[in-house]
Amino acid sequence: MKLPEPRGEISDAVVDALRHEPGAPLPATFSGAADPCTDEDLQLTLMLAYEPHYRGFDGVDENWEWDLGLLRLRTSAERHLEEALRAATGPPAPVEPGEVARRLAELAAADDGPALGQHLQTGADLTQFREFVVHRSIYHLKEADPHSFALPRLSGRPKAALVEIQADEYGGGRTERMHAELFGQTMTALNLDPAYGAYLDFVPGVTLLAANLMSMFGLRRRLRGALCGQLAAFEMTSSLPNTHYGNGLRRLGGDADATRFYDVHVEADAVHEQIAAVDLCGSLATQEPGLCGDIMFGAAAGLYADRLAATHLMRCWTDGRTSLRRELDS
Amino acid sequence: MSATVTPYEDGPLLLRGDFEIVTPDGDRIEQEGATVALCRCGKSRRKPFCDGTHKLVGFTAPADREKPLS
Repeated sequence: MKLPEPRGEISDAVVDALRHEPGAPLPATFSGAADPCTDEDLQLTLMLAYEPHYRGFDGVDENWEWDLGLLRLRTSAERHLEEALRAATGPPAPVEPGEVARRLAELAAADDGPALGQHLQTGADLTQFREFVVHRSIYHLKEADPHSFALPRLSGRPKAALVEIQADEYGGGRTERMHAELFGQTMTALNLDPAYGAYLDFVPGVTLLAANLMSMFGLRRRLRGALCGQLAAFEMTSSLPNTHYGNGLRRLGGDADATRFYDVHVEADAVHEQIAAVDLCGSLATQEPGLCGDIMFGAAAGLYADRLAATHLMRCWTDGRTSLRRELDS
Repeated sequence: MSATVTPYEDGPLLLRGDFEIVTPDGDRIEQEGATVALCRCGKSRRKPFCDGTHKLVGFTAPADREKPLS
């Protein structure tokens, strides 16, 4: 993907450095974000620091992935973000390993975000639906990739559970069934560019948060419990909304190719949520009881990020304005 | 691998391994992934598959054989 436009002093310095050889000077720390979860400069800085671990930026030296200056700056920004997420979600109540799956189900059931799915099913116009797809493209075009980082960090039953989920996410090894590919089909049907990262400049920091949170949890072994908890919460709040999304897109004229991504996720995530909560998180908690708190933190943080993003979309649309940083071509 | 059916607490039955889901006439019912979740709350709108509706209707069931009434 192309290097994005900077959104502040720090991301400006990072974009500039990435155009040079690794080792180019960078700020040592990130400071000054009032709310790290939604701060444009901080979220874009994290995206710039994570993407070299995925598919990289066009024309950027691949050795930036392990550049000590970029890692140092990333660590500083991550510290702010993790503190903010822990403060926003509060200390997880003590939970016994045998109770983790049930507690995750309770947490997901208690999630009371705005009725984004309902709105997309019955009220949204095509412009709003296309905006929704653009927001989600930041993650869905690399769907499942952050969680693959956890595989070598797990063993035994939790590892088998994650492999079972990931194999399905990647289409059982068939390209045309990979969920990221299906999402590209939906984008194409909506006359949107399905190229990886094409809309990075369009989405606000609150949208980058959802993807950055997964990258932070995925790239730091210490946070493997949080990554698994986030995955469980994501799957546990997915099958019902995907029914709404698919119905909404059908209402707006989407054909079977356009809605396939959502239709597949209704049934797939009904499977994944059981595996993620019971076989992945439940057995990880039994194997490593010290991770119980982080499993619950990751779930709460993921739900919090989704709630912030949904609130942003609904607020913008209620006010009659775009939820993106710039309007889409029709 | 032979087929296994696993009841998940308050949720669906997960079906893994080598299996086919067919109508009474023997026609194949296509499935999405290698593992499927079969509805057991009776409220799914994707039957025979689970669509998560059990969470809205307060469905409860154990992950093991239900104990007979004493």
